[in-house]
Amino acid sequence: MIPRAEMVHWWFATGFLLLGLLAVARLVVGEEVWAMRPWRRYLLPGLMFLMGVLLWPVMTFYTNSTIHMIAHGSWAQVLMLAGGAELGLASGKLQSHWWRLCTALAMLVSGGAFIVHEQQHWFFSRAAFLHHTLGWTLLIGAVFPIVQAFRPRSLSAALGFASVLFLISVQLFSDRDTASIFGHLSQFAGVPHR
Amino acid sequence: MSAEFAHELHEQTIERARSVTRPLRARIVLALGPLAMLAGLAWALAQPYRITLLHPFGQGFWWLVGGEAPVYVVLAGAVFWRVVAVPLAQDLHAP
Repeated sequence: MIPRAEMVHWWFATGFLLLGLLAVARLVVGEEVWAMRPWRRYLLPGLMFLMGVLLWPVMTFYTNSTIHMIAHGSWAQVLMLAGGAELGLASGKLQSHWWRLCTALAMLVSGGAFIVHEQQHWFFSRAAFLHHTLGWTLLIGAVFPIVQAFRPRSLSAALGFASVLFLISVQLFSDRDTASIFGHLSQFAGVPHR
Repeated sequence: MSAEFAHELHEQTIERARSVTRPLRARIVLALGPLAMLAGLAWALAQPYRITLLHPFGQGFWWLVGGEAPVYVVLAGAVFWRVVAVPLAQDLHAP
């Protein structure tokens, strides 16, 4: 009755693709033009917050072990925290740019959770491989929001952050429930369905 | 050169630089959506079996509604272009 896990990954991939597009557009036009229409300031953080909220039903319906539940729950919490902090900054209710470290925290926690909750080795299946690559992408990519907290006008940090969002999107779109990765698929992973 | 005149000159230089780069920035922003749509289209052509609507018989509800990953890429590009890129380009051309 419920959609397959891979479909949910593709839906979140679409969300990350939109986040990446928004981040690049903001980078290209600059903060001044981006803020000319008030609703636009809330687009990126609002989408981040919404994705955090939507991770709760994912946690409820798709986790089959405690460690999976904790991982998905922690993603939901930190994504909501990052989105909330950015929403506060966009509305002007939060002033300190140190709040941007919430995004770095979200990426560090998410990356850690990806790596910790994946029990299999890299080439066990495509899902296992992507868990490892997503984890490391997030852990390494957390450098960019940390740099942005110290140097808010850094173009390279903003471009790096947008690139990480696109990378996450591509990896989530590549996910399948059971599929091989570079010709490797463990006999314990199950039968690929397509 | 007085400080006031130097400041005015500096402002004029910045404004001139902005007026030169604005059309380019508008073009980049307007290209992002179609680029994403093109990527989705290329993906659909490379892996047509991922568009379940092309072979709908025997597919379940979720495969028909939620399994169209390349279509999502095209849709994301289209929504971004219409909702974000076009108003941004208008704002870039605003005086």
